[in-house]
Formats: sequence, C-alpha cells, structure tokens
Amino acid sequence: MPDKQQIETGLSITQLPEKVNDFSITIGTVNGSGSQTSNLTILRSIFKMGIPVSGKNLFPSNIKGLPTWFTIRVSKDGFIALSDKREIVVAMNPSTFDDDLASVSPGGVFLYSEDIKSPVDRTDIVVYTMPVKRLISDVDIPSNLREYVANMVYVGVLAYLLDIDMKRIRQVLEHHFKEKVKPVEINFQVTEHAFNWAEQNVEKQDPHRLEPMDTTQGYILTDGNTAAALGSIYGGIQFASWYPITPATSLIESLLEYLPLLRKDPNHPDKNTYVILQAEDELAAIGMAVGAGWAGLRSMTSTSGPGLSLMTEYAGMAYFAEVPLVIWDVQRAGPSTGLPTRTAQGDLTFVNFIGHGDTQQIILLPGSVNECFEFGWKAFDLAERFQTPVFVLSDLDFGMNQWMAKPFDYPDVPLDRGKVLWEEDLERISGIWARYRDVDGDGIPYRTIPGNHHPRAAYFTRGSGHDENADYSEDNINWHDMLSRLKYKYESSRDFLPPPVLQIVEGADIGVIGFGSTDPAIQEARFLLERDGIKTSYLRIRAIPFVDEVRQFIHQHSQTYVIEMNRDGQLNQLLSIEYPGLSTRCISIAFTDGLPLTAKFIFDALISHKEK
Amino acid sequence: MPEDAKSLRIQLNQIGLSKADYRGNPTTLCQGCGHNSIASQIISACYELDILPEDLVKFSGIGCSSKSPAYFLNRSFGFNGLHGRMPSLATGALCGDHTLKGIAVSGDGDTASIGMGQFKHVLRRNLRLVYIIENNGVYGLTKGQFSATADEGLSLKSQGTNPYMPIDIAWEAVVGHATFVARSFAGDPKQVKELIKAALSHDGIAVLDIISPCVTFNNKDDTTHSYAWGKEHEVALHELSYVPPEEEILVEYGEGEFEEVTMYNGSKVVLKKVDRDYDPCDRIAALNMLEEANANQYLLTGLIYIDQCPPSLMEIYNLSETPLNRFTEKQIRPPKNSIKTVNQMMFSA
Repeated sequence: MPDKQQIETGLSITQLPEKVNDFSITIGTVNGSGSQTSNLTILRSIFKMGIPVSGKNLFPSNIKGLPTWFTIRVSKDGFIALSDKREIVVAMNPSTFDDDLASVSPGGVFLYSEDIKSPVDRTDIVVYTMPVKRLISDVDIPSNLREYVANMVYVGVLAYLLDIDMKRIRQVLEHHFKEKVKPVEINFQVTEHAFNWAEQNVEKQDPHRLEPMDTTQGYILTDGNTAAALGSIYGGIQFASWYPITPATSLIESLLEYLPLLRKDPNHPDKNTYVILQAEDELAAIGMAVGAGWAGLRSMTSTSGPGLSLMTEYAGMAYFAEVPLVIWDVQRAGPSTGLPTRTAQGDLTFVNFIGHGDTQQIILLPGSVNECFEFGWKAFDLAERFQTPVFVLSDLDFGMNQWMAKPFDYPDVPLDRGKVLWEEDLERISGIWARYRDVDGDGIPYRTIPGNHHPRAAYFTRGSGHDENADYSEDNINWHDMLSRLKYKYESSRDFLPPPVLQIVEGADIGVIGFGSTDPAIQEARFLLERDGIKTSYLRIRAIPFVDEVRQFIHQHSQTYVIEMNRDGQLNQLLSIEYPGLSTRCISIAFTDGLPLTAKFIFDALISHKEK
Repeated sequence: MPEDAKSLRIQLNQIGLSKADYRGNPTTLCQGCGHNSIASQIISACYELDILPEDLVKFSGIGCSSKSPAYFLNRSFGFNGLHGRMPSLATGALCGDHTLKGIAVSGDGDTASIGMGQFKHVLRRNLRLVYIIENNGVYGLTKGQFSATADEGLSLKSQGTNPYMPIDIAWEAVVGHATFVARSFAGDPKQVKELIKAALSHDGIAVLDIISPCVTFNNKDDTTHSYAWGKEHEVALHELSYVPPEEEILVEYGEGEFEEVTMYNGSKVVLKKVDRDYDPCDRIAALNMLEEANANQYLLTGLIYIDQCPPSLMEIYNLSETPLNRFTEKQIRPPKNSIKTVNQMMFSA
C-alpha cells in the first residue's frame, strides 16, 4: 500500500488560482454508516471559523446501504444556496465512486478511500487517497465501533488539507455528543490520527483553503423543522397529532425534545400541559387536530404530500365548520410517493384549494429558518383569529438541512386567541348568541368551547349545511350567505398575514417573484445578473391570499419572473387567477428535479428567456 | 326546587334538572326507527344519573345514526364529524378538557366499513368515550345498500343477495382490547338504558353494539336486524341493573345468583344470572359466547366483557388538573428569558 498520495493531475500546482473560503465540499458515503457526525463536524467547524456555510443532505429513502451525499457550501460572500459546482469531492462509497469522480469540477479535488480499488483516470483535478482501514486499525477503539468512526478519517484529512484547527473539531464534537466523554474521545482520536497522518504523508497540491473570518458571529446553525417546533412552542402549542412521514417527522420529534424543557406547569411539575399523539394515519392525525382545535387547544399536525392527500376531507370540513388548527406541510417531491427524500414546492395549488366545493385556505410561506420559527407561533394566532385551518408550507430543504440563522426572536405580540365566549361573557350577554352570526361585520363569528358550563354555551358543529345557530339547514339563501361570509372572512385575512418582502432596485425594469426555500438561490442569481448589468427588483411572497403590493409589483415591472421549484409554475398559476389582467407580464421559471434550485439555473433560465 | 317547577309538578333530578334539560331537537329519522328509541334511553339515563349535560360532549360520524346526537342533550356540545372518522375527532376534543366525558353515536357503515381503522385504534387508546353503534345492517341515507354487518344471504330490494360474511362489531371490540363491550337491542329499552348508565360509569372506552332496526330498508321478520327477529331471538346473558354510588342494592339475590361489578366511580352493575354462569371479565369466554350466539342464530345481549385495569388515554397522558383549554397565555407561552437558553442550545459560532 503506498504511503504517499498519488497525484494524477495535468495541471501544475502554480497554475491553479488560490481559492479561499469559496467552494463546496461534497461527501459521498453509504447511508447508515455514521457519516452524519463526520459531515456535521466539518460543517460546524467551518462555521465556527466565522465563514458562512450551508449543509445539504442528499439522502435515499432507505435505512442502510444506499448512497448518500452531503454538500457543504463555503461562501465568504454569504451565498448559501446549493452550488452548481463540486470543487471538492470525498468518495467513501464504492458504488458511486465513478460518478463521484466524474462530478468533480475541473481544477477540483478528489479525495478517496484507498480501500476502494478503482482506477482514477482524470488529469484535470487533484487526487488524494487515504488509507481508511489502516488508520482506523491503528487507533485503540472497540471493533464494533470501527465501522461508525471510519468516516472521521476524512474529517482529519480535510482538516489538514483545508486548514481547520483541531481544537475547533474537539469543541464541535463536545457539542454534538452533549459532553459525553467516550464518544467525543473516540471520534476525536480517529480524526486527530488522520490529521497527523495527512500532515506527514500528504503534500498539499490543490489551491482550496479556509481562512478564519468573523461573519458568522452571532449566528446559529439549525434546521427548519427544529425552528418550526420551537416557534410552535412559543406559540403555546397544546396539541399535536401526527403520523410518521419524511420530511415532516423531525418537526414533531423536535417538539418532543424541547417541550419537556420549555413547558412545565409550575404548580404540578409532574403533570403534562400538552398532548403529542402519534395517530394511526393522517386521516386520524388531522381528525384529532380538528377535535383539539375545536375544543380550544392550540392544535397542529405536520405532514408531507401523501399525508396531505389523506387530510383533504377534514381540511375542507375545518374550513367550513370554522375550526382553528395549524397544518405544517414539509413538502417533498410528488406526485404520489414520488421522491420522499427530495425537496420541492409542488403542493402550493393543492393546499390553496384543499377541500372539495368552494374551499380556499390561508397559507404561510416561510422563506428562512427564522421565518419557520416566526410563522410557527403566528400560525396559531391566525388560525384562532380567523377560526380556520392555517397551512404553513415548508419543504425538505428547509426542514432537514442545516442553515445559518439569526438567533430566534421572542414573539413581539401577545397571543391572539380570537373571539371566544366563556361563562362570564355569556352571562354578560344573557346567553344570547349564535355560533355563526357575523356580529362584528368582519365575517368572523364568536365561538364557545367545550367545558364551558353556561347552559347556553353548547352548539352542534357539523360539516353539513347549517344556519347561524349551527342548526341543520338546507335553505338555499342560508347556504349562499354562509359561503359568502366564509369568502369575506378569507378575503379580510389578507391584511393580517405576513406581508411580502420587497427589494426594489433603482432603475430595475425586471421583477423577480419567489417564495420559500429558493430565496438564497434567487438572491445569488440576482447578484450574478447585476454583475452582468441586469438589475432586478425582488418580491418574496410570504402568505396567500396575496396583498395588493403583489399586484403593484407586477404592474411596476415590464417583465416579472416567477421562480419556483415545481413543474407547473404553481405560484404563477395562482397569480394569474388573482390578477388575470397582469398574467402576460409574468414569466414562469419553474423547475423541479428533487434538488434545491441553484443560482446558476435561475441565472441561465432568465438570460435564455431574455435572449429569446 | 324552583317555584315554577314545583307549581307545574315537573320532576327534577338530584341536580335540579328536568328531563327537558336533556332533550334535543325533534328527530328527523323515520317513525319507529330504533335510533329514536336509543336517543330516548340516552336522555333517560343521563337524567337519572344526574349528569350535568355540560359535562358530556357528543360525537358522531355520518349516516342516520350519526344525525341522532342532534336529538338528545341540546345542552351538551356536539360535533358531527366525517364518515368513519368520529373516533379521531373525539380523541382530540376530549384532550381539550379531560374532565369531560364523550358520548358517541355511530352506525354499522360508519364503524364497520369506512371507520373500521379508527374504531380499532380508539379501542387501543382506551379513550373515555361511550361508543354506541346503532347497528341495522343497512345503509339508510343512501337508500338501502348492504352494510358490512348485513347477514350473509340477506336479500334486499334492488340489491340482490349479500354474498359476504358479516362483521361482528362486539367481537371486533373484544379482540381489539376494548375495556367495556356490550350488545343490546333497541327493542329492549330497559336493558339499553341500564347499559348506557354502566357505560357512562366506565373509565375508558365503552362499546355498545345495539341492534337498531331500520324500519324502512331492513326490518323483515326473518332478518337478524329486525324487531321481530330480535324480540324472538334475544338471549340476555344476565338481567342487568345499574346501582348508583352510595345506593344500597335493594333486591335480595340468593348465593351464586348474581355477579356484582363495581365501577370506578363507586357505582355497581348487578348482573343477575339467567340461565348460566357468565363471567364478563373473561375475554376468551366472551369470544366463545359470541361465537356460540352467531353459530346458533340468537341475539346475545348484555355486558359481554369488562376490564377495568388498563389506564384511560387521559391517565396515560397524565394531564394537569386544570383543563388544557383553560390555560392562560402565561401558562402556555414560555417566558421571555427562556429564548436565550433556546438559542444557546442551538449550534452557534
């Protein structure tokens, strides 16, 4: 076995320009081999060096054995979208070795385990090998753990090649294992051993390097599902029912992790103040959430595409019977089972109209991890204020990947519990009230909650036609009035929803509209366009129904590109419905292949359309 | 007793309510429908048990049976949910206030066809819910199709003959770990009422599979869901009477003639032996009994099975004494200083 690394590059080292803090690292491993610890360690160490990063996991729908990749984007300029380039590729998986090798960008780096005996035939890149098995066998660790720490070898070698301080790696491992000494020691030993080996045996040939910055100071690194769960907790969540589904599962698991720490009844610390219930399916999950919302709890469920299909009927009923609840849809690629572990924004039109008959739902569209937190608590306020389901559309990219974020902000307004009449309220109005009467002229009636002991409190909720008193009614005038009021209520919700985020650029004739997790790619594409002399203004939609600012924005630009991660241009469809007169000004840039959008794709699509 | 009540000689129960306080809207079901008779027994049972209507919540799915909660207990909250998905609704709603008790009415279509999944799972969870199935073997609102409990070989107008074996709801309940399973017959109102009282005193799921004839679509004398067949073939496991807490058992029974089940609230269900010894705590005996009744074509009624040991869902969740829906903002939103701790738990630079 050669001790020295092979160098199979046609380029001389001096010809390669130095690349500092601006490249991406893609690591190909076998699913279930414990690579998550290794990958997070690299990501977090770079983050601790003060350099902006993002981490995206491309994983299979599988427990163990199939290929998985982790991509770390390092960007001194703060671009955290998926990059179209693969400057550094680490290959630990024999089954993807050839593809991984082929994917390295010219002038890039290929680091692989020499235990994979495949020929390397590229001369336009720098190639390093590492004797993974041998390095592991040098370290004194239990044999049953060897398989799981093998991936720490590339952490050590990369740390040497890219200049990551071993002290940072130790700090990161201590955080990861929550100060548990043994795993920290084992993982650190392997990493350090690999680092030392590389220092003595590898001659640095490539131009990629990390240099400490101070840009990440004050930031945290987290994922959208954790943020959503924490936001929900700060929104006073009391009930969540759910059924396991990727990529929504970790949202509930985060609730289960943080609720016990954040929510105790001080008078009865041994008692619970919330219910998290795993249902038998999504039909039941939403049924429970509707029941709890009806009974006055801050209630939610979380799911993804297929689960949402099953929730359709109760979602429509909750709209019609005016029951508040929050539904998180962490979107994955559909239709059908689709690509369960890939991201998309394909549920937008479905959710907008979810329910049969005339149904329109309120949708929140977080565009950052911080907004996942913020909309986590806001969604409850809106659901209770408007007595209706509120959908929050996140996606797998937000939900399960690692994002730089500002620390979470404590909610700046008190809870909005909406129009609820308790015993003393009914006493005051001598018990004269009607569940579906629009007393205030805003389309929002008053409701009472089970457990209210006033003899006039009760009413009978149903999904069938009902009158103001909630009594069964098939009367045509009543039916028409009821539907009209619901429409009015929906319309009047606009001004209470998160307004769009606007970036107007002086002299820009082109508008760009987007929503959700594509924000970083859009921002980067706009930077690239501006570099080429194309100025764009940007409007990021954060809720549906739209506010008038959206119309004005389209109106103000001669062309507006609507960018989204689906096949059919669903946001563009909804804009066309809302503003038919402006639809010719909107150009759809819609694409989905299961991966997050890149800035390059948006840039190319926009340029190619402009040139037509 | 209020003066006006006295002058009108209105009978009041121990908590000062008249029977009218337990009524619902007028029924819109067919005259003679078994469901109406069950609704009356629910009203009587609650009145006699001195239950405050506000302490009960009504649930139902979709179908004739599921309309009936509008016909009793107007002072109780009610939710007429989706077809086959009442159990999930009740599960969520009862978490809102754990002091409330649910009373649900479903049908054989709503429970044994579209709702079989949720039925089975609400049993496992042992929700504090009286779950009545008004079982008539037929779909009424859609005009007379076979349900999953229809007899094999049953012939119905314009439906032909049913080729499939029926589902036995009581059997499914016992197999599914229900903690209280009874079968009754709408034509035996006294037993229905006593069973409802017992069910309301059970701290968990109480399944009442009540044969409730559909007078319009499935009431021919030779079919097992008809009044005539029920009256002729009913075999009661025991003579059942409910004795409220702190009330003496007045009737004298001889040694070995009766069995007494003490419920969690201190009330007693007295089971007077009819023909044979029957222990409702024996799960296998319950299944054997049901099998025997089906094989020999008789309508077995009474308390088939009871197990008071398993904890109810609310006990499992160990909820605060204050109902969750009475919690204030201060109790549900973590304090301002906690956000710092949360941010410190995140990975930071």
